[in-house]
Amino acid sequence: MNMSSAHKSNLGWSAVGAVCAIVLALLWAAPLLWALSTALRPELETVSADFHWLPQAWTLDAFRKTLAAGNLLRWLFNSALVALSVTVVTMAISLMAAYAFSQLRFRGKGILFALAMLAFLLPFEALLVPLFRTMNQLGMINSYAGIVLPQVVSPVVIYVFKQFFDEIPADFREAAVMDGAGPLRVLWSVYLPISGNIVWAMAIVTFIAAWNNFLWPFIIVTSTDMMTIPLGLTQTYDAFGVRYAQLMAAALLGAFPVALAYILFQKKVTQGFLAASGLK
Amino acid sequence: MQRAESSIAAATGSPRREGLPALLLLAPFLAAFILFFLVPAFETFWLSLTESSLTRTNGFVGLANYATLVQDPSFWDALGNTFYFALLTVIPLTAIGLLMAMLVNHFVRAQGWLQGVFFLPFVLPISVMTLIADWMLQPSSGVINHILGGQRPWLADPSWALPAVAIGTVWWTVGFNMLLFLAGLRNIPAEQYEAAALDGASGWTLFRHITWPALRPVTTTALILQLIASLKVFGQTYILTSGGPFNTTRVTLHYMYETAFTQSDAGYAAAIAMAFVAVVILLSLLQVWLVRYLARRDA
Repeated sequence: MNMSSAHKSNLGWSAVGAVCAIVLALLWAAPLLWALSTALRPELETVSADFHWLPQAWTLDAFRKTLAAGNLLRWLFNSALVALSVTVVTMAISLMAAYAFSQLRFRGKGILFALAMLAFLLPFEALLVPLFRTMNQLGMINSYAGIVLPQVVSPVVIYVFKQFFDEIPADFREAAVMDGAGPLRVLWSVYLPISGNIVWAMAIVTFIAAWNNFLWPFIIVTSTDMMTIPLGLTQTYDAFGVRYAQLMAAALLGAFPVALAYILFQKKVTQGFLAASGLK
Repeated sequence: MQRAESSIAAATGSPRREGLPALLLLAPFLAAFILFFLVPAFETFWLSLTESSLTRTNGFVGLANYATLVQDPSFWDALGNTFYFALLTVIPLTAIGLLMAMLVNHFVRAQGWLQGVFFLPFVLPISVMTLIADWMLQPSSGVINHILGGQRPWLADPSWALPAVAIGTVWWTVGFNMLLFLAGLRNIPAEQYEAAALDGASGWTLFRHITWPALRPVTTTALILQLIASLKVFGQTYILTSGGPFNTTRVTLHYMYETAFTQSDAGYAAAIAMAFVAVVILLSLLQVWLVRYLARRDA
């Protein structure tokens, strides 16, 4: 009986929803668009009393000057090197550990796994002081190893891989083991090929997280040359002065690699973040 | 030859002999885990009972650091600022995240775009957000003051600095919560909505009686993850306001950082870290309990 009124009411909700969607999308896109609009104008326009939404004289000057001023390319290189190293090492050690936790039988497994998962509970922030002291003793301040190593302990990744391995039928493994393959070989040639999807998803998420890590590089790096992008971008007032066109150009250049990674691998990124949060 | 090898390997594959391979596979992770997690975790606790600098440990002082801590107004101020920041962010981040997820889920044709626009800020480095926020909030040439009129120095205004950082944070991280809710929404069987629609239910009624109850586990997860993330705030306030004006944005981790790395008082900083961990765990448990209690009361 209520079909038509229900229909009308749904249309009403749809209209409200459409307005909400447009307003929210504009609000969320605006800061980046505004940064772009700022970066594409001459520096003078950013301090001019006249307000304009778009550049009056379009120019790539800010981008050119930012790149020429030096450190940005070095920071991008550092970030790429650090994020790639963190990703490769994390994937390797987590896959091996997850395989052992999931498929092998050994004494103390339960306790060890519980211990590893404890790292979920304790925020990394609480470890900063002793970690810095240790790194200082090891002479790893301002070194790539010092930036990378503490980031490779990732219980979440192990947990996700273990869950995945747990669901693979035992026959797969038994056939390979009967053929005489050792554990590393079974992991490499039996488990890895069918885990491609989840491994890529976790790898991309690990890469983005490592690229964006601010806190640890902030603690362990003091020399401008060793800074990663998130840290280096906080030094831009010193590097470029308060020149907003150049600052926005620097911000956009620093955002570009991760933004591109997200846009190219949107599905994988989504899948990875969901897996890491315990929801699939 | 080959046959002989395979029979040996088959033997090592038996449950009893898997200890060694397991150890070898676990070794790299365990080494990193012990060195960069377990040892520092115990060290934080140990340091909190000592008087130490960043480079030296001078001696055991028992609970002296904790005794100082409970009477340290700077610590309580910092903790208060942290709670205020959590208050300003947790509910909006959860509510807007849910709204975004429902919109993305509803407007199927615009799905990819909407989801992309909402989620993109989350994958950007923190300093991209802070650089843009700082520019937008400039007193004289910032776009916010241009729209609102006036010349308010948002980040230098004691009553506006922390809310301003909170708004920047909502923009930056809400995408993650949207993702959680989106996954939750996609798990609700379409038949439930169809059946209810046949009964004439629509709009708010559908949300109240189907969507909201079905999303309860996701909402719990989102709230807890968000609370923990908000309590861990540091970078945003440190970069945008350095804890100012008048320490109104100096949060717990900022105070810990200053104590350790500016004052070189590692022992006291470790005590702050321990207190911080206790607060995070207690509040998370409290929240889990509260959500369960509300669920039981409603049921």
